[in-house]
Amino acid sequence: MNASALNKNAANALVWVLLLAMPFWLPFVGGYIELGERVVVLGLAAMSVNFLLGYTGVLSFGHAAYFGLGAYGAGMTIRYLVPSTGAGLVVGILAGTLAGAIIGPLIIRLRGVYFAMVTIAFGQVFYFIAFRWNNVTGGDDGLLGWTRMPLNLGFTTVDILHNPRAFYYFILVIFAISVGAMAWILRSPFGRTLIAIRENERRARFLGIPVDRHIWISWVISCCFVSVAGALYALLNNFVDPRALYWTQSGDFVIMAVLGGMRSFWGPLLGAAIFVLLQDYLSSQTQNWMSFVGLFFVLVVLFFPRGILGAIRRKVA
Amino acid sequence: MSLLQVKNVSKHFGSLIAVNDISMTVEPGELRAIIGPNGAGKTTFFNLITGFFTPTSGSIVFDGQDVTHLLPARRVWCGMARTFQVTEIFPELTVRENLRIPVEVASGLRLRAWLSQADDVKIRERVTELLAMGSLTDKAERPVGELSHGDQRATEIMMALALKPRLLLLDEPTAGMGDQETYDITQLIRRLHKDGKLTIVLIEHDMRVVFHLADRIMVLDQGKFLAEGTPPEIAANKAVQTAYLGQAA
Repeated sequence: MNASALNKNAANALVWVLLLAMPFWLPFVGGYIELGERVVVLGLAAMSVNFLLGYTGVLSFGHAAYFGLGAYGAGMTIRYLVPSTGAGLVVGILAGTLAGAIIGPLIIRLRGVYFAMVTIAFGQVFYFIAFRWNNVTGGDDGLLGWTRMPLNLGFTTVDILHNPRAFYYFILVIFAISVGAMAWILRSPFGRTLIAIRENERRARFLGIPVDRHIWISWVISCCFVSVAGALYALLNNFVDPRALYWTQSGDFVIMAVLGGMRSFWGPLLGAAIFVLLQDYLSSQTQNWMSFVGLFFVLVVLFFPRGILGAIRRKVA
Repeated sequence: MSLLQVKNVSKHFGSLIAVNDISMTVEPGELRAIIGPNGAGKTTFFNLITGFFTPTSGSIVFDGQDVTHLLPARRVWCGMARTFQVTEIFPELTVRENLRIPVEVASGLRLRAWLSQADDVKIRERVTELLAMGSLTDKAERPVGELSHGDQRATEIMMALALKPRLLLLDEPTAGMGDQETYDITQLIRRLHKDGKLTIVLIEHDMRVVFHLADRIMVLDQGKFLAEGTPPEIAANKAVQTAYLGQAA
């Protein structure tokens, strides 16, 4: 095994150890478990956005739509249909993925800023539906009157509602499956065609890759995982409101991905961690916390164009 | 049967007629050169054959199939591969990765999320073979963007070959190269043609290369067909001399 593969394995091991042990070390550094849960959930969302941005070369500014559909799908299922966390999760993921699959063909022919603008536009459609359809979605007040349900595994029941550690590990298991699937796809022949499209679309096309179709598949995969994150986000808060669908939420995901490093697999997770921590700390100090996050973002982009993890990797190499 | 039949194609960009009613027939195993002064429409003609543009009129038949309106990727599946005037590669990937992608596409694996051990071995072997053929073995692990212009060109040609094409189209393969690099690429093309029995159509400005390689030459001028023939015929053609040297000659 060469040095770079060794570094990669060491980095992966470090990430998983930190995540697995988070409920134990987080309180010692002044954190609390819900903060860790937010990092993992938003990290998954940012990694999904980055599946498109960093590995296919397509910038979506509308992923909050599928994140929000996952969230509303989960919340509304538990509120109106079946009081089951598993069912909520499944419906949420299906809702977000299906919406992505249907909208995909309308946008995949666009590139660059046009793609980004149209993804925002479609995202806003869902926002306004959630905002205006008061008697079903709860409108501006959000979807209330439900909580995540204890997990029934057949042989035992896990109380993820009252036991925060159990809920954290529930999230982490789903995160691990999602992230593992993404890594798997990226290392496959299909994943390499995505990187080919990112690197040089014209060359990819003339190597016999039907670029639009591959971008569509990548888009659907990305929407699927961001709706997983959205469903988890609803379960985490026991609440959904239209802001989960708003375009600024999409912007936050992009900021997280770029902040952490969009060419590195774990970069967006690091970006999400920084974002959540800054938000948690700064919002207790000032109402204008977003301007400080923005300033930090500008500095990172100026001095570390490949994000924080990208800069660290360069230093190690 | 002819491998490629281009019948009376034209391409208009607004009022500009870039390619005006040009026909060309390429036989299997032939090496055809297309030459002409700047602005003759050579690259546009190439782009019509490979599907970068759709012709305004005329048709293109490849191996008995009408491909006039097929997308570029589909024409690749039919057996056409091309390189570009300005090298088109994946600069941040290594040479090996650059070659691996087209090998996987050509093996019909592009949508696969999982590779069997046997497939993986086959792909690696094919990549190794292509690396050797392009004299790139010792640079296999370097990002191709860091390599010399000549090596980038060789990589691009090998990427096209990785697709196992029946027709290889090369757009100015020696553009911007020094004498040694030009010689190396010329030898490579010659080997592909003579030993590999590959049908090749190339656009070239360097007349030494053209006359060294080509079985037949087609000359274009200002979007129009000017002449076609063997290298000695073209060298003796008055119209061609006029087009290249101007009216005074």
